[in-house]
Amino acid sequence: MGVGIEVINLNAWYGANHTLQDINLNIPANHATALIGPSGCGKSTFVRCLNRMHETNPIARVTGTVRIGDLDIYEDAKPVEIRRRVGMVFQRPNPFPTMSIYDNVASGLKLNGFRNRHALDAIVERSLKDSALWDEVKDDLKKKSGASLSGGQQQRLCIARALAVDPEVLLMDEPASALDPVSTSKIEDLIFQLKSQYTIVIVTHNMQQAARVAEKTGFFLNGRMVEFDSTHKIFTNPSDKRTEDYITGRFG
Amino acid sequence: MKLETNTTRARFRAITDNAVTLLAVLATVLVIAPLVAIFAYLIYRGYSSLSLDFFTRIPKPVGEKGGGMANAIVGSGILLALASVIGVPIGIGGGIFLAEFGRGTKLANSIRFTADVLNGVPSIVMGVAAYALIVSPHVRYLPILGHFSAFSGGVALGIMMIPTVCRTTEEMLLMVPHAVREAALGLGVPNWRSVLSITVRTASPGIITGCMLAFARVAGETAPLIFTALGNSFWSTSLNEPIAALPLQIYVYAISPYDEWHKLAWAGALVLIVLIVLAVSLVRYVTSRGVLKGAS
Repeated sequence: MGVGIEVINLNAWYGANHTLQDINLNIPANHATALIGPSGCGKSTFVRCLNRMHETNPIARVTGTVRIGDLDIYEDAKPVEIRRRVGMVFQRPNPFPTMSIYDNVASGLKLNGFRNRHALDAIVERSLKDSALWDEVKDDLKKKSGASLSGGQQQRLCIARALAVDPEVLLMDEPASALDPVSTSKIEDLIFQLKSQYTIVIVTHNMQQAARVAEKTGFFLNGRMVEFDSTHKIFTNPSDKRTEDYITGRFG
Repeated sequence: MKLETNTTRARFRAITDNAVTLLAVLATVLVIAPLVAIFAYLIYRGYSSLSLDFFTRIPKPVGEKGGGMANAIVGSGILLALASVIGVPIGIGGGIFLAEFGRGTKLANSIRFTADVLNGVPSIVMGVAAYALIVSPHVRYLPILGHFSAFSGGVALGIMMIPTVCRTTEEMLLMVPHAVREAALGLGVPNWRSVLSITVRTASPGIITGCMLAFARVAGETAPLIFTALGNSFWSTSLNEPIAALPLQIYVYAISPYDEWHKLAWAGALVLIVLIVLAVSLVRYVTSRGVLKGAS
């Protein structure tokens, strides 16, 4: 089951660049939350702070509190533990090129020392079914490389890989921006189904996409969160002038 | 404006296209020509001296007909195996450190610089160094030191392999896309595990090529063996004694005044090249069997 995320006074830097300033918000459990905003507004940095990927860059720095469920991720746990509970799907599909489809999905468990083959088979099948890829790849699981799939299939493979470690939260950083419309709609259907089991945070440039998949939407601008409300309200009756300008296409 | 196909411009473009293609083909031929020429000449000069005896007998004394280089073939095999056991793990380990763990540190920069310098050291100097370190000192409880031996030859060749393996490993690891590393970290895989199981694995075809290059290079080295392995006219497979090696044998035979030995030297050179090609192809075949359909 998914858990809620509570963000309190989050600040992040890249070198001297103050990329996130005083972010406060509550992301509800088992819902999809979309983050929109122009390029460079800090929304990618924000999701990377939610699984402590931001700090893998040596010049990056973070302050503030992020609570995922009961866990204060910057106080109570190591980054590797957080990342097992908070899965991530990146903008460009990034399957492991030398691994088979099966090994790609199993990689998160295998590399963390999980050895039960029987259970592994079941988890791989379930994850591929959950990511709507099973029927397309079930005959080539161990024969084909993850890199041999089409872009859209690769992205669903990456989603399956993230689901296999059974996370509570799924972060998606523009998961469909490198895909064609058919693959995009498959990913969106998927998000719709997955949110019953996971808390989903999705960064997107595509406002229709945010409107289609998310209950809540946050608008970021220049490293600050301008507005956070129900998707319906953001797109029909935003409280902030800047949100309205962005939504109506006046800038960005 | 309509795109015309029959104008002067179009014809000029087609001609340029053909000319550039022709230049590329010519360049390729120029690159391959010396290899083919050397190989053809070796076959022409060496083939007639090849016989079963060449592969099964040890050298005969001057004046006697026949004899072979079996001991040198086996000796080269032993020397190269020892060199690879030393050079490949140290080289790959160093490359991993340079690319993954020590990136940007002073230690890594000085190791990289040292490796580049070591790569430029003439092979004869490497032989002298191995002589000074292993052949010349007598240490009471280390009977492997203090005399010419296969061991010292293998060490000299192994040290020569290290910089090539190290630098190619580093280059290949740096070519692994950042996205692949992030994917592993995003799954909660510890960094060391991600490096060994994901990054190194993704770069492994290139790393293997680097090892093969280093192997093929030292396989033909003669100079470092003169002061170390020394050569041997008899059967020896002991690491503790002087050992024969193909390049050494070719060298000795080629500068001798006997026609019979000259022929054997040609045959030896041919066999050396063929064996290197075979070894490299074998490694390529074995390591490519696990590669999946569609993997980069």
